[in-house]
Amino acid sequence: MGKRVLLIEDEPNIIEAISFILSRDGWTVHTHANGETANDRVRATPPDVVILDVMLPGKSGFDILRDLRADAATVQLPVLMLTARGQTRDRDEAMRLGANRFMTKPFSNAEVLEAVRALARPMTET
Amino acid sequence: MLTFNLLVVISLAYVAFLFTIAFAAERRAARGQDAWLRSPLIYTLSLSIYCTAWTFYGAVGYAARSGLEYLTIYLGPTIVVIGWWWVVRKLVRIGRAQRITSVADLISSRFGKSTALGVLVTLIAVVAATPYIALQLQSVTLSFAVFADGTGTSWGEGELNAAALAVAAGLVLFTILFGTRNLDANERHHGVVMAIAAEAVIKLCALVTVGIFVVWGIAGGPAQTLALIDASPISAWTQSGSRWVGLTFVSGAAFLCLPRMFQVLVVENSDERHLATASWAFPLYLMVMSLFVVPIAVVGLNLMPAGSNPDLFVLTVPLSQGHEGLAVFSFLGGFSSATSMVIVATIALSTMVSNHIVVPLWLSSQRQGAMMSGDVRAVVLLSRRLSIAGVLGLGYVYYRLSGGGTALAAIGLISFTGAVQILPAMLGGLFWRGATRWGAAAGLTLGFAVWAWSLFLPSFGAGAVIPADVLAHGPWGIGWLRPQAMFGIVGMDPVVHAVFWSMLVNAGAFFVGSVLTFPTPMERLQGAQFVNVFEHSTGTRAWAQSAAEAEDLLIMSQRILGPSEAQAIFQREAARQGKVGYLPDVTPGFVDLLERELAGSVGAATAHAMIGQLIEGASVSVEDLIRVADEAAQILEYSNRLEAKSAEQDRTARALRDANEKLTALSIQKDAFLSQISHELRTPMTSIRSFSEILRDGGMEAVDQEKYAGIIHAEALRLTRLLDDLLDLSVLENGQVTLNVETGSLRDLIDRAVSAAGLRADGIRIARRKSDEAVPLTTDLDRLTQVFINLIANAQKYCTAAQPELRIVVQRSAGGTTVDFIDNGAGIEARSQQVIFEKFSRLADHGKAGGAGLGLAICREIMARLGGTIAYLPGQGGAAFRVTLPKAEALAAE
Repeated sequence: MGKRVLLIEDEPNIIEAISFILSRDGWTVHTHANGETANDRVRATPPDVVILDVMLPGKSGFDILRDLRADAATVQLPVLMLTARGQTRDRDEAMRLGANRFMTKPFSNAEVLEAVRALARPMTET
Repeated sequence: MLTFNLLVVISLAYVAFLFTIAFAAERRAARGQDAWLRSPLIYTLSLSIYCTAWTFYGAVGYAARSGLEYLTIYLGPTIVVIGWWWVVRKLVRIGRAQRITSVADLISSRFGKSTALGVLVTLIAVVAATPYIALQLQSVTLSFAVFADGTGTSWGEGELNAAALAVAAGLVLFTILFGTRNLDANERHHGVVMAIAAEAVIKLCALVTVGIFVVWGIAGGPAQTLALIDASPISAWTQSGSRWVGLTFVSGAAFLCLPRMFQVLVVENSDERHLATASWAFPLYLMVMSLFVVPIAVVGLNLMPAGSNPDLFVLTVPLSQGHEGLAVFSFLGGFSSATSMVIVATIALSTMVSNHIVVPLWLSSQRQGAMMSGDVRAVVLLSRRLSIAGVLGLGYVYYRLSGGGTALAAIGLISFTGAVQILPAMLGGLFWRGATRWGAAAGLTLGFAVWAWSLFLPSFGAGAVIPADVLAHGPWGIGWLRPQAMFGIVGMDPVVHAVFWSMLVNAGAFFVGSVLTFPTPMERLQGAQFVNVFEHSTGTRAWAQSAAEAEDLLIMSQRILGPSEAQAIFQREAARQGKVGYLPDVTPGFVDLLERELAGSVGAATAHAMIGQLIEGASVSVEDLIRVADEAAQILEYSNRLEAKSAEQDRTARALRDANEKLTALSIQKDAFLSQISHELRTPMTSIRSFSEILRDGGMEAVDQEKYAGIIHAEALRLTRLLDDLLDLSVLENGQVTLNVETGSLRDLIDRAVSAAGLRADGIRIARRKSDEAVPLTTDLDRLTQVFINLIANAQKYCTAAQPELRIVVQRSAGGTTVDFIDNGAGIEARSQQVIFEKFSRLADHGKAGGAGLGLAICREIMARLGGTIAYLPGQGGAAFRVTLPKAEALAAE
């Protein structure tokens, strides 16, 4: 069984695209569309990498990230943030809150794949 | 000789004519063309309901019996409108400020919105009006009898009673049709006022015509008439000073206190300045009305056989000369006098009975939030109709009991004296802050008792109600309680006697009672507002910060005022608070205003109780009220200049603050808008890019290929739609749009929108009333259709009911045409109602909607371009939107 990615995103078509790319690369992809319950989901089945959208129903990706970093169990969890708003302010905010990577939609598939691989690697080495 | 049946036909035709006038006036008022309905002339003419059948027939009889004394009945009101105009002006001002609906409402409202006082005044007014209404029945019946006699079939008692009953029943029907067709929030009746103004002209013309006929046609000119008067017993009558003073006082006071006079003087008044015209025009009317009374009386006494009823000279003199046409005209004059009085009096009394007795009882019988369930309007209308029948029924009973043979003027004076019992509480309430409800209650009760004992009960005749023995020697032989010689004063005229004692006891009890008791905080507050009505421009607040929901208040108001009126009030307030399109905040000031509006329909005490039920725990404490009252008093002490200056500064500061907030908000909005657009554009692009890369990589199954190509296609369409919407919105917002104005019908337009909205067969059901939709339109039809499609599609998307239904309701009114789209789903919560018309305001649940949240924003812009509005309509159960079509279009549709 490959490494697990948790994709927290609410756009069905984007979920479908990212799932396809990562599955093809041998990842096990779990998806979660609701912001409010996202933190519970991470705690219940901790993945190797989280892909986190910013605009989610119920709770924003920034708030989810803040809570992840405040929790000892997930403080080290690699997080790739995606946003469609594309303002530098959002990037700064994501980095300040402790995101490992930040990408603006639309992304290229190769970029995402590379980022997820890179984020998973240090964890396997240590 | 004119047949009796023909006379009945003429009367009915006359009634139909009045109806036409009333109806036309109401239609004009509904269309907003009511400028001339509110002219000082109409107001003055409507005041002439003071001149009833008593004046028309009775004055001549009065003159024939008692000489010039009949003039006192005109003198009293003349003195009041000329010399006491400031009292009348104060009454009118208070009536408007407090939305007073009747004289009972005035007293109840002044003394702390007391229900008990409202009931007391209502009872007094009803009992006092009963003889008066009987008088009208009697005069109309007698005038019919005069014509019946002429045809050789002299009427016995049986025929008279039957005729009186028929007249009473006709008047009940007439008044119900006239006065209670709808429930006006202002309690104004344009139609009725117009009809009584017409009747005022007819009765004046009739009496003057008969007078001219008598002076020039019979007597042979003014000189001969004067000679006749000199020779007649009328000139020899010695006048009693006490009766002159007493009767002038009573008629002047009755002018203010009679429920029907209060109705036309205060309630129906639309402009305070009309009083200025009325103050000279009304006395003039009275003078012309009284001009020919003595000549007619003198000629009648000379001409008619001894023993004929002088009350009917106005009819019998022309008839005896063979002038049937003139007699019929005169009959119509008398008929006008009687019907106009009865209509207004019963409308006024039924308002009082329903507002102060029936509705409070009904409310207390429905403890569980009565105003939230059931239709209050239906109850109010029904109780008014029953009250009208009840009041006229009482009049008929009095007519039967009193035998129908008494002189008209004598009956009228009984009524006047009864109604005048309200005067001390009214004037005291207007000018004396120390007056209390206990004082008012004591004065009213004792004054009423003295009146009933000394004048009303004896009027049924010795032995009818009060045994002859009691009348002569007092109850249980107590001499000083003899009805017509109270406290041992013997030999006084019965009317003067009753006026003297009842007013003395009434005013005394009112004063002593007020001095001995303390006003409640509510009374102090109302007292300050009444006494200082000219100084208070803003009014004081009776409600503290409230916990009530605006939506609850709206639902209650809709039940009482009707949906359109209630929504208009809420929208006006929302606009005033700068929250156009949303529910206003429930500020104390707004609750106060709402209470006054409701008081216009159900009376002050009831409105206060209903609002109180909703605003739980928010009613004011004693300290609050005293503080408010003190503040109000302090404000009076500031100089106007200082006040104006500080208000000016406040305004400037507020304007600056508002401008600053607006700028900040604008820049935040702009940022938010850009990042929203970015999000909405990038999301579909992400899918497109990602899937096209996947397709380019190749190596997948044909099924998947097809699926991914499908997604790319759908997302591309979404992107195009979004760009279209954005462009559309930008064009609309910048006002660069050119309207393609065409003519069409609202029905076709809705048809088109329904079919274009792409409804699924198992989807939402559309309920329409196509008969209401026959409205021609001249506007940009495509744009309007776009708005309708959007609303229908939204209902389809968001209505969550098990069996979704969308009602499309078209209403036409003076303000234009409205089209409401009301679904049966969960509606939109109050918080969200404030944002739905903003760009990208899609409420949660992105996936399902499929739009970018620009639809309603576009609708709003389109309606603004078309000169109409679109707004969320709260309180309808489901989600509801109201599209108001431009007024110009509504006018073109006429």
